[in-house]
Amino acid sequence: MAKKKFVVGCFDDEAVLFPAVKKVRTAGYKIHDVYTPFAVHGLDHAMGLRETSLHTAGFIYGITGTATALSSISWIFTKDWPLNIGGKPHFALPAWIPIMFELTVLFAAVGMVLTFCYLCQLAPFVKKHHFHARATDDLFVMVIECTDKTNTDDLQAFLQSNGALETKVEVAEDGWWLGRYDKDEMPFEEKQIVAA
Amino acid sequence: MASLRTQFEVPGKMKTWSYALIGLGLAALLYGMFTKGFSSDEHEQVHFWGTLMYNTIFWTLICNASMFFISVTTLAQAGFTQTFRRIPEAISTLVPIFGAITFAVLLYIVFGHKHHIYHWLDAEAVAADPILKGKAGFLNPTFFVIWTTLTIALWSFLGWRIRKLNDEADAGPMDRETSEKFIHRGTVRTAMFTVWFGLTVGSTVPWLWMMSIDAHWYSTMYSWYTFVSSFVAGMSLIALWVIYLKNKGYLELTSQEHLHDIGKFMFAFSIFWTYLWFSQYMLIWYANIPEETVYFKHRTQGAYKGIFFFNLIVNFLCPLLILMKRSAKRNYTLVTFMAVLIIFGHWIDFYQMVMGSLMKEHVSLGWLDFGILAFFVGAMILFVGTALSKKPLIAKYHPYLKESVIHQV
Repeated sequence: MAKKKFVVGCFDDEAVLFPAVKKVRTAGYKIHDVYTPFAVHGLDHAMGLRETSLHTAGFIYGITGTATALSSISWIFTKDWPLNIGGKPHFALPAWIPIMFELTVLFAAVGMVLTFCYLCQLAPFVKKHHFHARATDDLFVMVIECTDKTNTDDLQAFLQSNGALETKVEVAEDGWWLGRYDKDEMPFEEKQIVAA
Repeated sequence: MASLRTQFEVPGKMKTWSYALIGLGLAALLYGMFTKGFSSDEHEQVHFWGTLMYNTIFWTLICNASMFFISVTTLAQAGFTQTFRRIPEAISTLVPIFGAITFAVLLYIVFGHKHHIYHWLDAEAVAADPILKGKAGFLNPTFFVIWTTLTIALWSFLGWRIRKLNDEADAGPMDRETSEKFIHRGTVRTAMFTVWFGLTVGSTVPWLWMMSIDAHWYSTMYSWYTFVSSFVAGMSLIALWVIYLKNKGYLELTSQEHLHDIGKFMFAFSIFWTYLWFSQYMLIWYANIPEETVYFKHRTQGAYKGIFFFNLIVNFLCPLLILMKRSAKRNYTLVTFMAVLIIFGHWIDFYQMVMGSLMKEHVSLGWLDFGILAFFVGAMILFVGTALSKKPLIAKYHPYLKESVIHQV
């Protein structure tokens, strides 16, 4: 993974964040991501993110589960090992439906969780750069990816004029790497309290 | 707010259509009544009164489902319904009207001693039958009439109280204390309705009105099944009216977000219906006890086989596959199509629940069914339209209105 240069702007209000996102996009900057302490309704639309395909994947996993259950049970009970159970026909569909249903749910659920983790690049020991520790607490952190031509001072001033409380330039890894938070660098710094 | 069109006016075209449908329906109804209903042939009588019965019960229940929708959303403190709440309110004003028709039909069947419909009306047969004797405490004319009267009267009365309370939200702005009190009163009133709804549609009434046609057979699932069938059709009816009014340029504050939530109800309860359909079917299929399979015998293997499985396709497979996608639930055309399909599907469901037991030999679906359906559709359009025009379409000062306006799924 490559290290890239980013400009980070912090906001403390949704009402300020939304117009800022809009202006930054209209100005032609590329937003890397916006980190928020909680899910913000409509932010994905404001950022112009495309709709997730997670549900389509879920549907495919579900269908796979149904097909797996139906094909395996029907093969077992009609070809491999036919048993007379209560005088029912070997192809006893109603009795299988609960199992088909449960395998559908199982496949869809497990598949979607794994796909979600993959899409978000979440896994044990996978580490990502934190642009601002307070993104998990009380700040909305907008991260803008710089190109060679980006004037970071102008961009910071632009963000400040749009309501950013704090701005900074960071050169950071944009992808993930293997590591552990407790062994490597801490994502936050202990604040030095200086007596006035 | 001043620019909102909150006053619905019944268009002339709607009136013409509803009168035409009512006229057509009445013609079929009266013709059927004199050729079949009052004929000396028991078979013809059963055909007519059974057809009339399932239609009246179906339409009463789906209109009552609107009041149930209002009640549960109020109890759950759901705000999103406020921009279109006057629609379920208007639909629920039909409960007394359709309820009275149902009441008259049921009373005619009981006092007219139509024991070919309700076998338990035949006192001699009951006396000689240990199973029916055991049920006589529940299945007897006195209890039937008292419980039916109470049911329809209380649905109408409790629903009327809920609608009346909501009129206060038209009057003027409320301060904090008044709004809290208003919400609390709404909670109490809707809770009362919900309890009564549970005691009737959720348990006793479908057993009494419809399941008792197969007097020997019983299924504890039956009432739930009937409730869900009517609820999902009721949600579809609400969806149709919301879309109709949107099309006419009303309900500016209702958007795709609200439609999405109604669509979710239609989708989720279609699945729930299937769950109950299957639970009822599988247990009986698995145990294979003759006294239980008697209900399914002529439905899965006899004349009703086609309708029985068509029902499953229309009410399960279509909503499952078509309404599953988010974009489908936000699409006005698709939701309209699905709403019509679901209402029709559950009407067919009620048809096979009643007529499948009354006319086991052949499927009676024909001009009489569609004629009476036309009557009820026409009456529904006329009365809901009139009810909508009597009040503003939005209760402007409801405390939850803002929540509904900014609602986002």
